Amino acid sequence: MDTGYWALQFLNALQFSMLLFLLSIGLTVIFGLLHFVNLAHGALYMLGAYIGVSAAASFGSYWAAFFLAPVGVTIIGAILYFTLIERLRHAGPMNQVLVTFGLIFVFLDLVRMTWGDIALGLEAPAALAGSSEFAGISYPTYRFFIIAVGAVVMAALWVGLTRTQIGAMIRAGVENGNMAAALGINVNRLFFLVFCVGCALAGLAGVIAAPVFSATTGMGISILIPTLIVVVIGGLGSLEGAIAGSLIVGFIETLGAVFLPEVAAISSYVLLAAVLILRPQGLIPARG
Amino acid sequence: MRKLLSTLAVAAVATAGIPHMAQAETKVGLLLPKSGTYAALGNEIEAGFNLALKEAGKTGDFKIVVEDTEIKPPVGLAKARKLVLEDEVDVIVGIVSSGVLGALRDFVHEAKVPLIVANAGNNAATGKSCSPYIVRVSFSNGQVNRPMAPWLMEKGIKTIYTLAPDYAAGHQMIESFTEAYTAIGGKIIGGEFTPFRKTKDFGPYLTKAKSANPDGIFVFYAGGEAISFVKQYGSFGIAKDVPLFGSGFLTSPLYVKAEGDAAVGVVASLHYVPTLDTPENKAFVAAFEGEQKRPPSEYAVQGYDAAKMLMGAIAAGAKDRESIAKALPKVKYVGPRGPMEIDPATNNVVQNIYIYETVKQGEALTQKIVGTATAVRDAPNGCSM
Repeated sequence: MDTGYWALQFLNALQFSMLLFLLSIGLTVIFGLLHFVNLAHGALYMLGAYIGVSAAASFGSYWAAFFLAPVGVTIIGAILYFTLIERLRHAGPMNQVLVTFGLIFVFLDLVRMTWGDIALGLEAPAALAGSSEFAGISYPTYRFFIIAVGAVVMAALWVGLTRTQIGAMIRAGVENGNMAAALGINVNRLFFLVFCVGCALAGLAGVIAAPVFSATTGMGISILIPTLIVVVIGGLGSLEGAIAGSLIVGFIETLGAVFLPEVAAISSYVLLAAVLILRPQGLIPARG
Repeated sequence: MRKLLSTLAVAAVATAGIPHMAQAETKVGLLLPKSGTYAALGNEIEAGFNLALKEAGKTGDFKIVVEDTEIKPPVGLAKARKLVLEDEVDVIVGIVSSGVLGALRDFVHEAKVPLIVANAGNNAATGKSCSPYIVRVSFSNGQVNRPMAPWLMEKGIKTIYTLAPDYAAGHQMIESFTEAYTAIGGKIIGGEFTPFRKTKDFGPYLTKAKSANPDGIFVFYAGGEAISFVKQYGSFGIAKDVPLFGSGFLTSPLYVKAEGDAAVGVVASLHYVPTLDTPENKAFVAAFEGEQKRPPSEYAVQGYDAAKMLMGAIAAGAKDRESIAKALPKVKYVGPRGPMEIDPATNNVVQNIYIYETVKQGEALTQKIVGTATAVRDAPNGCSM
């Protein structure tokens, strides 16, 4: 077990963390700002993968999929927003959970009807196929790409949230929605914008995950649980929380699989339970 | 509500059933996963089953009731009860998951309803918990994996690292292989069971397997996990150092397209390969491709053979539950996968196992047979009928 081995496992963990981050940031900010529990977020991730597969098939290029999948998922998200989510804003968490939980199965069957039950693959672009050398370590190029996309999105969101006016509005909305509205911020438009960005990121996560994990009908449900764990561990509504939560869960799951494979399946649940007992508001919540 | 529905259903069956009494049709309960991870397998088995009936021009002789097991043992058992008590089927066909098969075993055994297993490979079903009412036309986990061991030794692969999902079938596949491999001098130098249905990233395990430096990696993965595993094996570039072997489900024709070039060079063992060069198989492949526009998988052939066996039993004079159960083990025929018969000692199928390599032919991936173990038969393993 040399340093190269550990470097590889570190990259594996980082790569998984980035995927978790792309999913959980949308979920957590929607939750923080809209107080809305969107369990269908995983379904949007699945749609991103499938739309990506179709886009790549019709345009013959992965990059078409890379750009079209987030756009497609955002459009679906916008339709959802106006037909369901807006009406459910004040319906209480139980109704929201039930409706969005139902949506998971609606989308699951829509995907099965449209694309079938057989898992579909998506080829990574030729430039990112194979492995590349980095500091003496050979690692799949496409996984470097996932890490890079995650890092870019992370940086862009950080700048957007902390350095721009709209970011200040979002933070104000998360902190106290009524007060923000009283100060003249169009909170409804802000909600819609944030919801769309969350959907786009879920779609992006789906399309960048597809070449590694392929598009399967079960992917939406299976990613939902680790994503919820990230959101709860990190703290609701905060970018820093999502970053911290993704890294913690990504590293625990990956290194757990290496060190203690027998308990890998439960390690993140143990952490979840510990956080809920010791720090129920999460590690870095948006509201103090 | 459920009670009301079942009362209504019973009433409907009772009243509607009377005028149909005279008809000599066989009622078949198809018990398959129609939702969830294995829905594709269920659909494939059903397609094969219906194709065999259609080819024989006997679709009208069978009344088929399809039920969804949802791959959950309690649901499967409830649906089996419904098929037997409410629909009064003569025979149940299907069962993809070994867990569901385990849950049904005592019920079909005591109700004396013949069950033709068209996938679930649990060794015990035709071993210590075998039953004269359970006939398996698909495979047993041991049967599929054992022939890989001598082939590997012959090719000079003397040390192996194993990987499989952490559930009953995963353990059984690896144990069957390990037993056969170590018995002839092979060495297992490490292995891991990955959390079932929860592992998306095989990177950590692949990194670990490679660093153990074995002559080869032997794995069992099926469905979506097989695709992820093979693709990730490919992307890590391990193929140039350590070749990949496995249970043939790994590179099943159903998934190989999604796996892409990463599957090229993988050698695996299975009871059916669509490129088998026999007239029976060519006819089957042509018929299946005509309907589904893609080559059949082992699952389709299992459904097809289940129907063939059932028709064989009926042709031999069987007409009710008891006589179908008695006639099934006596049916012999040469099907798409080669000669098939049922071992009277276990009620498990005796069949050839093919060792095949996935190769590229033009743009498409196809299977090249590199070895055949003929008439592979399971030891009784504690089965007494």
